[in-house]
Amino acid sequence: MKATATILLFPSVSHVLRAESLLKAKGVRCTLIPVPRTVGSDCGVCIRVAPKDADMAAAALREGGVTVFGRHEI
Amino acid sequence: MRAEPAEVLITYHFRMPKLVYLDNAATTWPKPRAVTKAMAHFMEKVGANPGRSGHRLSVAAARLLYQARQEIAALLGCDDPLRIVFCANGTAALNIALHGLLRPGDHAVCTSMEHNSVMRPLRALEQQGVLVSIVQCPPSGELPVEAVERSLTPRTRLVVATHASNVVGTLLPLDQLVEVARRHEVLLLVDAAQTTGAIPIDLRRTPVDLLAFTGHKSLFGPPGTGGLIIGPRVPLQEFPPLLQGGTGSLSEAEYQPDFLPDKYESGTPNVAGIAGLAAGAHWVRKHGVEEIRAHEEALTAQLLSGLKELAGVTVYGPDDPSCRLAVVLFNVDGQDPALVAHRLDKEHGIMCRPGLQCAPIAHKTLGTFPKGGVRFSLSAFTTRRDVERALRAVAAIAGPQR
Repeated sequence: MKATATILLFPSVSHVLRAESLLKAKGVRCTLIPVPRTVGSDCGVCIRVAPKDADMAAAALREGGVTVFGRHEI
Repeated sequence: MRAEPAEVLITYHFRMPKLVYLDNAATTWPKPRAVTKAMAHFMEKVGANPGRSGHRLSVAAARLLYQARQEIAALLGCDDPLRIVFCANGTAALNIALHGLLRPGDHAVCTSMEHNSVMRPLRALEQQGVLVSIVQCPPSGELPVEAVERSLTPRTRLVVATHASNVVGTLLPLDQLVEVARRHEVLLLVDAAQTTGAIPIDLRRTPVDLLAFTGHKSLFGPPGTGGLIIGPRVPLQEFPPLLQGGTGSLSEAEYQPDFLPDKYESGTPNVAGIAGLAAGAHWVRKHGVEEIRAHEEALTAQLLSGLKELAGVTVYGPDDPSCRLAVVLFNVDGQDPALVAHRLDKEHGIMCRPGLQCAPIAHKTLGTFPKGGVRFSLSAFTTRRDVERALRAVAAIAGPQR
């Protein structure tokens, strides 16, 4: 089945918000959602991007020095 | 920053007529109106625990914290907002740094102008086996940086210095301290409680390793807010937090997270306060630290020259207002500082702080221990008229002028 979304996981909500501000600055569309139970056990939030934008998002975050804890296609 | 707009703001702030608040080094007042509004907004419209639950209000609360980090990062030239750890006040920030970094056998250097928020943790650590050297400053309070350098030993782990004296306002040379600390590969902790928001600080230009700030002074946040900015040279694995507990992150782990800011931010934070702090820091950025500094420096010059003209009044600290904060210490000859302050309040409606200002070692340096002195401290909201009234009041208390 083709992935409909890419989920990016971060160490904490502070990192999620830093990632969100970096992605917005780069024009990458993203949404904050609760971490889906299938990809993580934490009770916090993560970032959802379109699969086609995932590589661009990962590069922007690497450049901004934000650690991505995990990347999942769902 | 000009006197006129500040006065308009003060009127707007339902400030009681005839009162002059000159105790801004203790805590600034009044605050910009946006601070109260931001706090009320959190209490009435957001309310949730930040980053704990993932629902919209929890995320909104987390955003308020992140915006506060962004505001302070922008104000101080900090490249990574996540290096800002929030805590209860400047004292908490200094305790996190001092107790976290110093072990028995380590050597630490401080100055003879420190506040008790540095001296008391250092004295407690000394009793546990930390070696402490105190660099003696002259009565003007200025720091001889070469004496700091001479006091370093192979066991020195930390230099801790106030950025400006809370007693007499003397500014210490931050750039030279950074240079010495880097050259000798020791960490530098700066107590910027009095200067954050009042004096331009650019961490890109002066990369202090640990900067402790308070929210409720020249950042115009409410009491109960402060923080520690932790630079990249600080080894986090050798820097345990004072508190462990819930952070909203890594909930599956029974061990404390090892990353910033969560490692040092256990427990539900003071979101209402930090939302107010964000609004205060934004107000400072909007008006410009340089402009606020120019306003305060002009008023300090007016206050210093006015006090020095009075017979029977002794003024302490450097003569040049550009070498000091808007903090002025004086005594009326032959009168107890507490009684002078009491008369200023009761007879003239002028509020200030007498005594030792929680900094006995600084008063020993100035030669004013144990009597202390009367401290006037100004803010962006102080006006020329406030200073004129204060000068007339001191003249009246000092007695007949020549």
